[in-house]
Amino acid sequence: MIMTVNRIMGIETEYGVTVPGHPTMNAMVTSSHIVNAYARLSGLDQGLHARWDYDRESPLRDARGFDQSRADADPSQLTDDQELGLENIILTNGARLYVDHAHPEYSSPEVTNPRDAALWDKAGETIMHQAAVFAPKFDGVQIKLYKNNVDNKGASYGTHENYLMARQTPFTNIVRLLTPFFVTRQIFTGAGRLGQGQEGNVKKFQISQRADYFEAEVGLETTLKRPIINTRDEPHADPEKYRRLHVIVGDANMSEKATMLKMGSTSLILALIESGFEDFAQFDLANPVAAMSKVSYDTTMNSVLTMANGSSMRAVDMQFAYLETIRSHLYSHNEPDEQTAEVLDLWQQTLDSLNDQTGEHRVAARYVDWVAKYQLMQGYRDRDGLEWNSPRLGLIDLQYSDIDPGRGIALKLMNRGSIDTLFNADQVDIATRDAPHDTRAYFRGECVRRYPQNVAAASWDSIVFDTGGDTLLRIPTLEPRRGNRDSLQSLLDQSESAADLLNSLRSHD
Amino acid sequence: MPTHDSNQIKRARREENQSEHDTTVVSTTNNAELDNEVDSLLDEIDEILEVNAEDFVKSFVQKGGQ
Repeated sequence: MIMTVNRIMGIETEYGVTVPGHPTMNAMVTSSHIVNAYARLSGLDQGLHARWDYDRESPLRDARGFDQSRADADPSQLTDDQELGLENIILTNGARLYVDHAHPEYSSPEVTNPRDAALWDKAGETIMHQAAVFAPKFDGVQIKLYKNNVDNKGASYGTHENYLMARQTPFTNIVRLLTPFFVTRQIFTGAGRLGQGQEGNVKKFQISQRADYFEAEVGLETTLKRPIINTRDEPHADPEKYRRLHVIVGDANMSEKATMLKMGSTSLILALIESGFEDFAQFDLANPVAAMSKVSYDTTMNSVLTMANGSSMRAVDMQFAYLETIRSHLYSHNEPDEQTAEVLDLWQQTLDSLNDQTGEHRVAARYVDWVAKYQLMQGYRDRDGLEWNSPRLGLIDLQYSDIDPGRGIALKLMNRGSIDTLFNADQVDIATRDAPHDTRAYFRGECVRRYPQNVAAASWDSIVFDTGGDTLLRIPTLEPRRGNRDSLQSLLDQSESAADLLNSLRSHD
Repeated sequence: MPTHDSNQIKRARREENQSEHDTTVVSTTNNAELDNEVDSLLDEIDEILEVNAEDFVKSFVQKGGQ
């Protein structure tokens, strides 16, 4: 078993949406405006209006081995109810852009590595911004979008990570090693939040936006009583071979490096579990749910968590232990590939910086969102004598994640070189239009681009063609790594029409 | 609420710190440089902040999501 960050992964982000001065605007309507605007902007509205193929979704299947009955489910768990999804488009970069209840959502194409995950996530942000600029204005006011997870009045919405895993890995092992990892990785995945408690009543800073909304250890829910480990079992791939781990516990990150580190470190933990590692006891927490907010509320990095065996440990020390365990496993197996080496180095330097007892965290301030946000707020407190409950600090908290380059604080910090970036404007621009070349997202995106009049529907694991005959034809794309550019580009180039493509595919198989 | 008094206290504290390092020219310079850096950053952020912070933050209301 090779220890690597490389695995099929992707990120779904729900965006906050408002129209300043129009507080009663219906969020489903404004979200639809966003999706429709991008459909028009990209010319995707000229095609057959390929709809998302819900037939193949099973959101109530639980990884612990049973199906929740639809009657028992909270309506918000029924993600396949087409009436609630007003608009839903598939992009040429293989992504899905749609309305998820009251938020516009971008579900990135499948990628194979953390760097690409960060790139196609950033592309989504750009797509959302372009849509907002192109969408109708309300009394001249443009729709505003925020890449964050709270409104500080009680509502929370998610940024979900997805990781494909080998099916035979026991789910109990995943839960056991991942729970303390999710609790403690907040120290570098946290995007910062001025407000403690679900309603945000206590005006104090905490490092994670999502921490206060996690009330259970394991479960199927995503909108209330949220569990640290979500058990949704919808692999969108061969269920005998694969499991898709659906992670709801993370924050939305403006920082590209933070996104890459989040995806990369988590992928390595999964590799550790898949390799058969079972020395869990050293990481077991006495009370993981309580530990989520304990870690989040502590900006000193020095508070201790109670372990199941009665000892105590700081979050940063647990992260050092995870990193050490991965390194020793890795060096007994193989030399790390370039991407894995990059993530390991970044993880190390991040922990070293967060462990800085002077509290300056100079290195982490350049790409850990909560540190950048916190230090900016401290700057304002020092200069203007502001208390934590000052409205201006609350505004900075919100505006940090504004995705408008003219207004967004994180984007401003990137622009002036205070926050590191991984990608230049050209790379991001290309990723808004082109899919990753090494997954089935390539096939999906290219079919939408080349045969817009013939793609009737698509989902993660299939494309449905309409070539004018009596019946529609579904092409399954069950293998996430197949349908890539290497295997399909020349076939696509030779197929002027969808009918040509289907004929070629038939004769190939 | 920021008061005139608390601004004075902050400024006084900063001056206090600087005078402690008066004997070391390098430290004082570093402190001043850092202050300038932070000040110029804050000036830039000032320019893009939405007007009327209280109303703006109050009107940011979302429905819960996943």
